[in-house]
Amino acid sequence: MPDISHLLKMKDRTDLEEVNPGDTVRIHWQVVEGNRTRTQVYQGFVLRIKKGGANASLTVRRVFQDIGVERTFLFSNPRLERIEVVRRGSVRRAKLYYLRGRTGRAARIKEKVSPRK
Amino acid sequence: MLLGTLGKKLGMTQMISEDGIVNAVTAVDVTPSTIVQIKTLDRDGYEKIQLGYGEANKISKPLQGHMKDLGEFRYLREVPVKDSSDHSLGDIVTADVFSVGDKISITGTSKGKGFAGPIKRYHFKGGPKSHGQKDKHRAPGSIGAGTTPGRVWKGQRMAGHMGMEKVTVRNLQIAAIDLESNIILVKGAVPGPPGNLLILRKKAERTL
Repeated sequence: MPDISHLLKMKDRTDLEEVNPGDTVRIHWQVVEGNRTRTQVYQGFVLRIKKGGANASLTVRRVFQDIGVERTFLFSNPRLERIEVVRRGSVRRAKLYYLRGRTGRAARIKEKVSPRK
Repeated sequence: MLLGTLGKKLGMTQMISEDGIVNAVTAVDVTPSTIVQIKTLDRDGYEKIQLGYGEANKISKPLQGHMKDLGEFRYLREVPVKDSSDHSLGDIVTADVFSVGDKISITGTSKGKGFAGPIKRYHFKGGPKSHGQKDKHRAPGSIGAGTTPGRVWKGQRMAGHMGMEKVTVRNLQIAAIDLESNIILVKGAVPGPPGNLLILRKKAERTL
C-alpha cells in the first residue's frame, strides 16, 4: 500500500515523552462529558508498546480493587494529552505478558538505574 | 454528471477524528479512468457510461476496435450517469466525481472460500463436541423428513462453493479524497482482497 499518512491527518506526536515497557506512567486522557472536557489520569505500568506508524499504541496495566485492568492508547489520538513517566523500570523483554498471572511480590518490576554521567 | 468511477482496493487502516474517535477505513486507488462508450436511452435502452480502467498486457482485436485509440484498458465497466450529454468519448474521470461525506455503494468480488462446509457457509451449529460423539462435529445433520415427501426439498442448504461472487456494500461514507495520489478513503470494509477491482457508485437522485 502506498504511503497515505498525509490523508489520515496524523498529528505529529513528538511532544510525547519517550516510554519503554516496564515504566510506570500516568496517562493524561481527555474525557468529554456532555460539552465539557476534563483530564482523567490513569496510572499503571506499560505492558507493551505496539509499533506501526499511524496505529502505534501502548497498553497500560494496573490492578484496581483486585481486578487487573488494561487500557490501550493510540499514540496518535489527540485525546492523549500527556504521558508522564513516574518510574523507569528495568525489564528484559519487550512484551510483559508474563506479569499478567502474577500478584504481589512476584509482580514487581525492578527500577532502572541509569548510568552515572 | 457522472455518478461513479472505478477503483482498486489497496488495504485497510484506521483514522482518528479530531475528537478522538477511531474509524476503520479502506484505501481505494482511483487512478483516472477513461470514457470508452456512452450508452444512451435511444440506442441502448438505458443511460450509462462505460469506463476503461487499468493497463492491459494484451487485448484482443475486437476490443482494440472497441477502445480505438483511447488506450489499452484491462477492465471495462459501466457506471451510472445523470445526463450523459455533458460527457464525450475519451474524457478522463478522476476522484473528483465524489466529495468528502458522500454516501456511496461499492461493488466488487468477494474473497473466494473454495468448497466450504455448511458451518462456514450457512452458519450451521454443527454437532455436539462431546457426550460420545464421533466424526460428526461439523456435519450438517438431517436434510429432510422420511417417506413423505420422500425427497430432499429444493434449496436445501448444503456444502458447496462459497465466496468469489459479486457483492455490493451500500452506504459507505467517504472519509477523505486525495486528488494528487488518486486515493479515496472510505469508512468501513469493502469486498475482496487488496488489488480487487471495485465499482464506486453514488446513488442517483430520483427524478419524479
